[in-house]
Amino acid sequence: MEELPIRTGDDVVRVRQQVRVVAARSGLSLVDQTKLVTAASELARNALVHGGGGTARVEVVTSGAGKPGVRVDFTDDGPGIPDVDLALTDGWTTGDGLGLGLSGARRLVDEFELTSKPGRGTSVVVTKWSR
Amino acid sequence: MERVPILRIGTTLFVSIQIDLQDESVLQLQEDLAEELAATSARGVIIDITAVEIVDSFIGRMLATIGSISRLFDAETVLVGMRPAVAITLTELGLSLRGVRTALNAEKGLALLNGTA
Repeated sequence: MEELPIRTGDDVVRVRQQVRVVAARSGLSLVDQTKLVTAASELARNALVHGGGGTARVEVVTSGAGKPGVRVDFTDDGPGIPDVDLALTDGWTTGDGLGLGLSGARRLVDEFELTSKPGRGTSVVVTKWSR
Repeated sequence: MERVPILRIGTTLFVSIQIDLQDESVLQLQEDLAEELAATSARGVIIDITAVEIVDSFIGRMLATIGSISRLFDAETVLVGMRPAVAITLTELGLSLRGVRTALNAEKGLALLNGTA
């Protein structure tokens, strides 16, 4: 498992690169790699912009059926998300984007788990399985 | 932050993105292109994303914005060389890039701008 800091725009690029390397090594198809890396890019940016920075943990996992996959865990200590359901709605935005970041990231992965406590930060764990 | 170079060939500005784009680089490109369009009275912009491995919602929105800005300078933008995996991902993400024309490669993009496609 690798833990990467998310403090700058360069860090977001490094997270994307690391997720790409691990996804390719785990045998994800090119399209699935691209979907996971794109989701990781959205979530790393969220951690940086809305969470004031955080960390990404990238790991290879195995499903109950023995299939390999990649899991990425994004954690920040930011203000948290007051209304998670609302934040996951297409088009809902804090004001500066299209509101596709979080909802789009969820569509691009197989598993998506968001935990947020107002004032205590946000954690998003995503998994993509190889087919 | 790395900067994306802009080449002028006749009345066309040519941008080939060869770096791993971070948000600041895309914003800088937007500014550089606006200045170049104002200074050169170019009529077309070709953005080659052959080497771009992912386009997320921010990068996609910026590409669409570049298209809108160009139009204000009486120039047309054509996005060329999108990888199949990027196209599939963008669509699933929910981005349609309305307002930006696309072509398979730089040659076809240039033909589109010159009205010979």
